[in-house]
Amino acid sequence: MNPLKLSRRDFLTYAGISSSGLLLGCSSIISNSSKVKILPPENNATQQLNIFVAIKPDNSIEIVSHRSEMGQGSKTGIPQIVADELECSWDNVHVIQGKGNKEYGDQNTDGSSSIRKFYDKLREMGASARTMLEQAAADYWKISIDDVYAKDNKVFNKITGNSVSYGDLAELASKQPVPDIKTLNYKSADNFKYIGKSVPIVDLDDILTGKTVYGIDVDLPDMLIASIERCPVLHGQVKSFDATEALKVPGVVEVIQMPPTPETVVYSPLAGVAVLATNTWAAQEGRKALLVEWDLGKNKEHDSTIAFTTFKDNLANKPQRVAGRGDVVKGFSEASKVIEAQYQLPYLAHAPMEPPMATAWFHDGICDVWACVQDPQSVMANAASMTKLPVDIFNVQPTLLGGAFGRKSKTDFANEAVYLANITKKPVKVVWSREDDVRSGYYHAGAVQTLKAGLNNKNEITTWAQKAAYPTIASTFNSKKNTPQDFELSLGFGDLPYDIDNILMEKAEAETPVRIGWMRSVCNIQHAFALNCFVDEVAHAANVPTDQMILKTLGKDRDLDPKEAFDFNFTNYDEKLERHPYSVARYRGVLEALLAKTPIDETLPKGQGWGIAVHRSFVSYVAVATKVEVINQRLTVKEIHTAIDCGLAINPDRIKSQMEGAMIFGMSIALMGKINIKKGAVVQSNFHDYPVTRMNQTPVIVVHLVNPKNNAPGGVGEPGVPPVAPSIVNAVFAATGERYRELPLNQYLTI
Amino acid sequence: MLELNINNEIHQVDAPDNMPILWVLRDLLNKKGTKFGCGIGQCGACTVHINGQAMRACITPVVVAKNAKITTIEGVDEKGQHPIQIAWKENNVPQCGYCQSGQIMSALTLLETNKNPSDDDINNHMSGNICRCGTYPRIKQAIKQAAAVLANNEGDK
Repeated sequence: MNPLKLSRRDFLTYAGISSSGLLLGCSSIISNSSKVKILPPENNATQQLNIFVAIKPDNSIEIVSHRSEMGQGSKTGIPQIVADELECSWDNVHVIQGKGNKEYGDQNTDGSSSIRKFYDKLREMGASARTMLEQAAADYWKISIDDVYAKDNKVFNKITGNSVSYGDLAELASKQPVPDIKTLNYKSADNFKYIGKSVPIVDLDDILTGKTVYGIDVDLPDMLIASIERCPVLHGQVKSFDATEALKVPGVVEVIQMPPTPETVVYSPLAGVAVLATNTWAAQEGRKALLVEWDLGKNKEHDSTIAFTTFKDNLANKPQRVAGRGDVVKGFSEASKVIEAQYQLPYLAHAPMEPPMATAWFHDGICDVWACVQDPQSVMANAASMTKLPVDIFNVQPTLLGGAFGRKSKTDFANEAVYLANITKKPVKVVWSREDDVRSGYYHAGAVQTLKAGLNNKNEITTWAQKAAYPTIASTFNSKKNTPQDFELSLGFGDLPYDIDNILMEKAEAETPVRIGWMRSVCNIQHAFALNCFVDEVAHAANVPTDQMILKTLGKDRDLDPKEAFDFNFTNYDEKLERHPYSVARYRGVLEALLAKTPIDETLPKGQGWGIAVHRSFVSYVAVATKVEVINQRLTVKEIHTAIDCGLAINPDRIKSQMEGAMIFGMSIALMGKINIKKGAVVQSNFHDYPVTRMNQTPVIVVHLVNPKNNAPGGVGEPGVPPVAPSIVNAVFAATGERYRELPLNQYLTI
Repeated sequence: MLELNINNEIHQVDAPDNMPILWVLRDLLNKKGTKFGCGIGQCGACTVHINGQAMRACITPVVVAKNAKITTIEGVDEKGQHPIQIAWKENNVPQCGYCQSGQIMSALTLLETNKNPSDDDINNHMSGNICRCGTYPRIKQAIKQAAAVLANNEGDK
């Protein structure tokens, strides 16, 4: 078998890119050829114009997608942006999955950031390469660059009308100096050819014929497959193990103890024992035959049900101030009506269809890694840290990701493969089972929040107090951290859009019994849930329609600066407020746009109801309206309508598909998602006890794109999820009069 | 040695009788279009046809397929020109794509027996196939579209 088969799309073309270029710079690679030949090409050697763009003499255009593809569509959207400025033909574009390389900038494909953080840079890369092609043609014709223009994979001579193809210009263009960024010309939005167009995803044909390569599909000669029995309790360690029976299983080659789990986990392997075999089945059978004795460690008595009670005690008795304004004590004492409620969400697992998978191979002084990772640079850094080897020996190629949702940003599984490959000196693929995935994850933290509102006699909210307690993601990187951090509270808590005189925001401690990570939409899930359920409760108490209560409480259209408003250290998804303001007008606008198109005021039969929710996350704005039916305690979600304002829409169809998927992901959270911890171990194991939404539960979904041509591009992959669960819970209240404040709903209703 | 007919090709394979077909296909015969999702027949990612029946390859021992015909995603139409593949393309169904081999293999057996499936027919038949990305609305649409094309083709004969 050929180890290069992963390079079906010339994955390895970029292996040679050195660190000589500037960050995201346009370092051209010098050709060996001494004389320039325009026609015909001597061979089809790739000519590199910058780290994102290469052109071959046969006119094919290679564009790098430097971010991982997990279904969100950026492997298509990124090249769309480059191709537009490059003025190339989409049919000629060949997308190359970028390897781990810091010259690309941040490759951690999370935070719904691939487009919003790289839009300008990608246009620059396209425009720069196009300028090099234009200059090459101008030199060839001995005319000014002002007398040429690029279009459809060719450069045209304005004087003679002649043209020369990009393929023919490639080598000459690659020798051009890199243009000064300040001199680049960009297209006007009116002339966009690919930006704003629903281009089909680039892997579509391969997916439908079974030819794609995911992490699990990597194969190398003499490769061993590892199945790892990990300690069921975090910070437990292997006391002893007996591999006698495991080694008798045909195909099992070796049994290796994993290193102990460190106090601060980061992306280290978990303590355990790996069974290595010539095929996956043998590795899994061998693992079943292992005898492992554990020292379960400090978390062995942890019970998540008891822990939630502690979170509540901490909120009540030991709150810590986060931010605020005015005087809430006075505000509540003067209020004519005070409403208070507490909301609880469980731990959740990501459960991507492809569990974590990684292959590593040490050879010739380097270590190749192929893995379904969201961040190849993190694999490099963490493997180097674990092995004490130089970072630049790690050559990391992301495969396609069979879903990820944040799980595959944590590269523990790649570290496992590196660890085992370093010992065996053979290629090792670590294959996670579904049980491994559900039981050894980086969980979305279970959360408790208390909200309290004081209303005046005009049913206006004058005073607001909110408190949150949940294990912090920071604990994964610093075991001492034990309260929600500002970067987490910036996800829909400290950036409260309501214009209220007296506000107090507090947090409390929550201990960390499992590895905590970020899952699609992160803390926006619990924050948007509590906020939108609570405002619905307040609206009902005041006998005001919920949308009117929201719109009134938002106050005047303005750009919210949470630092100015409540002295909260708002991180704004790592964007400047100048580029991505918190626009109350857009928050209001997306809700109004949705309600204008959704029949929430229709007369419904008994047992049906509509619920709404709206949220800003990842600098985009999403509103959701859901219709449910509850008959004989059986809940059916009948329709979900949603509107998103994500700024400039690069690929409208992929935005719609992300929104459809987000509604279904949000339904899993609302209806069924729950991870329990008992005796320190995760109770659930597979889709039978950690169910996710299936087709028969999926309602009609209607998606609206609001203002798809205005404003800078915002996030798309995550913003759809947060408003879904509160819209469902609010709809259930409208249908039944029952208010459920703890998810998932299948503890109360048949789903 | 076990003799297997996969996509109308005969393969000899040295596998224990109880090894699931999934791992025989993937690890021993390098046919990686069929995916692993759960290992307990809960998600349908590994769906293949055995004598025309949709089966979960992750829990079906390979000995079951002795003297039977196995069809995998690679055997549907390698150029992607089967009406179901075309319908999947026209509706831009996949997101991450990982479950789609199994979705297509399940949908094909529905269309074998039901020329004009209703929403309920599709829900009932497809609810064993999980898509975590949430492509269900488009899968449903693509199945209806493929059914119409297949019915038309039938009419032409």
